[in-house]
Amino acid sequence: MDRAAIVGVGTVKIEKRKVRETFADMAWQAVNGALEDAGMTIDDIDNVVTTSSDFWDGRTISCMAVGDASGAAHKNVSCVEGDGTYGAFYGMARCLSGSYKTTLVTGHSKGSESVSSLITNCAFDPIYERMLGMDMITACAMQANAYLHRTKTTREQTAMVSVKNHGNALKNPHAQLPMDITVKDVLDSEMIADPLRKLDCSPVSDGCAAVVIAHESVAKKFRKKPVWIRGVSLCADSFFFGDRDLSRARSLTEAAKKAFAMAGIKDPRTEIDVAEIHDAFTYQELMWLEEMGLADESSAGRHLEKGEYNIDGRLPVNPSGGLLSGHPVIAAGLYSMAAVVRQIRGEAGGFQVKKARTGLVHGVNGLGGQSHCVWLLGDR
Amino acid sequence: MADSNHIIIESGDAVQPFTYSIGMHGSKFFTEIRDNRRFMGIRCPKCKKVYIPPRGVCGDCFVEMNDWVEVGPGGVIGTFTILRFAFIDPETGHQKPVPYGYGFIRLDGADTLFQHYISVEDEKKIRIGARVEPVFSMNPKGSIRDIEFFRVID
Repeated sequence: MDRAAIVGVGTVKIEKRKVRETFADMAWQAVNGALEDAGMTIDDIDNVVTTSSDFWDGRTISCMAVGDASGAAHKNVSCVEGDGTYGAFYGMARCLSGSYKTTLVTGHSKGSESVSSLITNCAFDPIYERMLGMDMITACAMQANAYLHRTKTTREQTAMVSVKNHGNALKNPHAQLPMDITVKDVLDSEMIADPLRKLDCSPVSDGCAAVVIAHESVAKKFRKKPVWIRGVSLCADSFFFGDRDLSRARSLTEAAKKAFAMAGIKDPRTEIDVAEIHDAFTYQELMWLEEMGLADESSAGRHLEKGEYNIDGRLPVNPSGGLLSGHPVIAAGLYSMAAVVRQIRGEAGGFQVKKARTGLVHGVNGLGGQSHCVWLLGDR
Repeated sequence: MADSNHIIIESGDAVQPFTYSIGMHGSKFFTEIRDNRRFMGIRCPKCKKVYIPPRGVCGDCFVEMNDWVEVGPGGVIGTFTILRFAFIDPETGHQKPVPYGYGFIRLDGADTLFQHYISVEDEKKIRIGARVEPVFSMNPKGSIRDIEFFRVID
């Protein structure tokens, strides 16, 4: 099979509320950041994939609002609704199709402009579920209880995810919530929905990120050394939340297995140097690590306690600060992807990990990880 | 953050009303609850899994389901949360009274979990595995609210 690489990344600072910038203004900044990074002009871009959600944006055909600022005029532009990594998957497929050599992929959202709980309530089935008023936080609180119950992971361990990731964000100038906090601060923070406290939850955020994907025939023509897509897989689980074993992520296990196989990775626990994974809530970082096979069942909390997931640990997880430190939904996975690309290039600055040659990116869409996209990126 | 140089426009009170058809499965499900206080699930002919709420297709097997089976009304808590933060209720537009119990309930005979409220009258009794029973509305209308909530009976 042909190969594709990431040749440019651009991200805007994640903020609680961007009152200066419209969606198009954010896209303009992120897109120009990615083009500048790649040493490209918009004429080097063959086609565009934008990623957004009409519900979050409060308009239908939300992709069209960012088309001009994303350089899509007179080009083939298509929109993906889901996490930014899903847009990147489509963008990569377009590069591999033979029709295009380069795809610009963007993802944007502003959590600040709506009432988040009402938006995520609308992800539930309108006949059986929605009018009970559940939203993302209550759904994930139930998932957290199911996971903690099955694995005996402790609240102190989940709190340590928050301490680690907010601490990592102190080194990331694009993070929204860099914080020097303690486990006690997390355990004393306001209870939102048992067992999730305020500091177990990612914040409401505004942001936009862009990446440029290129076919191998042109990938070396641009300014930066290409970061190769070694493996990728996207898998979805059942629609109804209640159909799933909520303490498990069957589709993530499947996606990880396929992505590792495609990348030729036999022992993911020793072959991956850095991971940016979807930590919208603290427990998720531990649960996803186990479900991806990067830790034994019920063991991620103990590995975390030993410092193995710290920036200088055995497997640094979310050295950028992760989503706990800034969570523009939709754009989230592209921020993770940009962070891993910068790690592999050695450009991650204060949150650079040692010898980052192979990195894992994880994107999620839907309630409590309904679907998962796993990427293996590398310097070769 | 907001400042005097940047204007914000509010969307106002306009709403987008929908009329959802709940289909043959939903119609039977809510009719049975309203008229007979019975929960009806549906069984996959291939994997034999009993689904609630009922729907036409088993996603795992990609086959059509037509085999109705009664489940519940009792069950056990699969997982739960107690909401402490007063979010806006999408039904009313006002803040919900807290605390507030939500659960996924495994109704007897069903293989999937059914989402509903759990009474928080005695919080200490709410745990994974606790037995629950539904409390039905005295004024059923053919919706999910015909069940008021589930309560722990352990």
